Amino acid sequence: MMNKFKDIIKKFMISISNILFKPFRNIGFLASVLAILSGILVGFFIMLIVNPPYAGGGLATILFGGFSKGLTGIGDVLIYAAPLLLAGLSVGFAFKTGLFNIGVSGQMAFGAFLAIFVGVKWTFLGDFQWAVAVLAAILGGALWGLVPGLLKALFNVHEVVSTIMMNWIAVYGAFVAYAAANLIGSTTQNAQKVIRTGALPTWGLDSLFNSNTIDIGIILAVIAAIIIHIVLNKTTFGFELKAVGLNKDSAKYAGINSKRSIILSMVIAGALSGLAAATLYLNVTGATYKIETYPISQGFEGIAVALLAYSGPLPIIASSIFFAWLKVGGDQLSGWGYDPNIIGVIISAIVYFSALGFVFRKVIKKIFKKQFGGEIL
Amino acid sequence: MEYIIEMLNITKKFPGVIANDNVTLQLRKGEILALLGENGAGKSTLMSVLFGLYQAEEGTIKVNGKEVRIESANDANNLSIGMVHQHFKLVHNFTVAENIFLGMEDTKYGFIKMEDAIRRIEELSNRYKLKIDPYAKIEDITVGMQQRVEILKMLYRNAEILIFDEPTAVLTPQEIDELMKIMKNLIKEGKSIILITHKLNEIKAVADRCSVLRKGKYIGTVDVKNTSLEQLAEMMVGRKISFVIDKPEQKLGDTVLQVENLTVLGSHSHKPQVKNTSFKVKQGEILCIAGIEGNGQTYLIEAITGLIPIHEGKILLNGDDITYKSIRNKTLGGMGHIPADRHKHGLILDFTLAENLVLQSYFKTEFQTYGFLKFDEIKEHGKKLIKKFDIRSGQGVMTPARSMSGGNQQKAIVARELDRNPDLMIAVTPTRGLDVGAIEYIHKQLIELRNQGKAVLLISLELDEVLNVADRIMVIYEGELVAEVDPKTTTENELGLFMSGSKRGILS
Repeated sequence: MMNKFKDIIKKFMISISNILFKPFRNIGFLASVLAILSGILVGFFIMLIVNPPYAGGGLATILFGGFSKGLTGIGDVLIYAAPLLLAGLSVGFAFKTGLFNIGVSGQMAFGAFLAIFVGVKWTFLGDFQWAVAVLAAILGGALWGLVPGLLKALFNVHEVVSTIMMNWIAVYGAFVAYAAANLIGSTTQNAQKVIRTGALPTWGLDSLFNSNTIDIGIILAVIAAIIIHIVLNKTTFGFELKAVGLNKDSAKYAGINSKRSIILSMVIAGALSGLAAATLYLNVTGATYKIETYPISQGFEGIAVALLAYSGPLPIIASSIFFAWLKVGGDQLSGWGYDPNIIGVIISAIVYFSALGFVFRKVIKKIFKKQFGGEIL
Repeated sequence: MEYIIEMLNITKKFPGVIANDNVTLQLRKGEILALLGENGAGKSTLMSVLFGLYQAEEGTIKVNGKEVRIESANDANNLSIGMVHQHFKLVHNFTVAENIFLGMEDTKYGFIKMEDAIRRIEELSNRYKLKIDPYAKIEDITVGMQQRVEILKMLYRNAEILIFDEPTAVLTPQEIDELMKIMKNLIKEGKSIILITHKLNEIKAVADRCSVLRKGKYIGTVDVKNTSLEQLAEMMVGRKISFVIDKPEQKLGDTVLQVENLTVLGSHSHKPQVKNTSFKVKQGEILCIAGIEGNGQTYLIEAITGLIPIHEGKILLNGDDITYKSIRNKTLGGMGHIPADRHKHGLILDFTLAENLVLQSYFKTEFQTYGFLKFDEIKEHGKKLIKKFDIRSGQGVMTPARSMSGGNQQKAIVARELDRNPDLMIAVTPTRGLDVGAIEYIHKQLIELRNQGKAVLLISLELDEVLNVADRIMVIYEGELVAEVDPKTTTENELGLFMSGSKRGILS
């Protein structure tokens, strides 16, 4: 009896250590970590040049700023992370199926418009108003993704071109749409904020994190990531999408309807972007939609999130939380007299370094060979 | 005897495999040494070590008796070693001359000394009888000419030792003859050649000696003159190989595939690439459509299988009109297809072997429930096929298709198509680039299908294959079927005349 118990404990420990340490034997993970460290180092050097005495303090703030307010700070990180996660998921999912979706921003914008419309006006829905607003956002994003999907599948228009154009249509269309729908807020640049019943609920997260800004956005985002992971890796549908993405010709040979795959893939990517917009704008204390002449920045940050995570749905959860963590720390940088935009530089540097991933991979392979005499995955 | 190159006791390991295990190779000055081995025997690895692309863990390399270290392709170039790669490394929109001097342009005030370069190229081309037009663009010349450009590139760099990596894989029979002559000329002019190949006829035709590798191990070196084809084959494969194919008496049944007045247009030119073509394939027969590459075979097959649209005509499978059916419908309706290009169509290289083996059947209830893939079943299915068809791969069913050898990739495709038990098997150049063992195997499988009463449509460029395997031969020339012959009564010579368009036959 005792031995059996010991055995179970042992097996449990082994599986735990496998789960914990497996990433450290994975070259992609290590390359990403190296990219992150190099990016932070760049930020540190900039602070050193700008104002040397405070650089150390600034670095500490970037790295640990998220902790300074305790659980509330962590709540802030999660609030930031939700739209980044979904935007990253949109890019990553499209990428896994062979498409480069630069149109997250526009898909978010149209999703946001429908969500705000429902979240402000459809008060008759009562307690369901927020849920319908979320569905509206998903629908809006999906529609905005459908157009480039159709263009690509039917007329072979490259999605990079069409999604960029869709971004600008969304940006300028907003001026018309918000005015026409009577949704202009306090100033001409702001859309109205959704009302309480139109905003995402908190489901007790507010008391858990002792925060009045948090809502279920992060939960929706994580669930979406898990669903996408399952769809891509476990289903026949995902098999088809990946087949088309990896080799359109052999997918065709295998009898897979590649047109249908491309269209659905863009629709799903758009839907994820729409959900990203929901987590961003269906928050009572959070962002207001700005009717301005530039696209939503989270849409592009999503590319960084996906790149750092090698487009894997589950790694995207980690990379989006990490970027959000940097942002929260960065918001406190002004305390040291630095411009918070340094975080933007760091994030860009990290993206550059992850794009140089093959260099890091080489370095890591060499180190592993020298130090451990072994090969890495 | 003086050796120009000696590779002594070379050992090169990769994760999980020993690609070269204590291999020794010695090249005499002025000879053609064939390096023979099956796919995956370690020939390419050995040559990559010589060319500086890999470093061996053990062993030494001597050039002209002196020990050298070759750490990059540049080192190899400096030692006058040149390699003619199987897949040419040419810039397609550059001229022949530009490709030849690319990377070592002589300049004056920053301008290329074009005339000097071209004069030198013409000199080399005359001396070694390598006919080329220095002003032609690569994209406009034939594959055979492109190969000559590759050879000239090496000669322009003063290479003394030339390595030919499977040089005939992409050539027509006429071009192969031409290449053999070129190689003999090079030897006459004092060059030394290593010829990597698994085609025994070529070794017999040009090589002086032959070194054999098998599964990474050095088997031995023989004089080609005193060795028979059978002996060479046995050294390479490790067992006796039969060159004569056993074919029992034919039992013809119903018509399986019927093509009527098929016309297919080119994708860019919109000129007809297949013209008003009609033929039938019956149960229990192998119909071979022979022809020189580029005479419409690809269009014909892609139209039948549904990869490209047809312009006019009708296609019937087992009596059903499938002209406008989807590829999935054709596949399920009993059509098997071993495609010409295994990387473009046959496999998804970044999928695992197991996934590739269910490429047309992943949606069947065997492999999915409610849209969720049954990975255990998919792996079991993969293991079953690996065992049945002897597919070799580093990590079993989980091997990415990309990391498998060409022969085993082809075996995987053949296994997948046979396992689906089709009524009609369309096999397009199914043995291209494969070694004797694999070729024998695939031929046996096709004949076995025929014996089971299935229909086989074979597209082949190799006359050996056409004559040995087919029950009936039709020749395609410029998109038209120009002759129908019986393999038992025709000759290579007659086929050659039909294939080159200099003669037309009778169609039944």
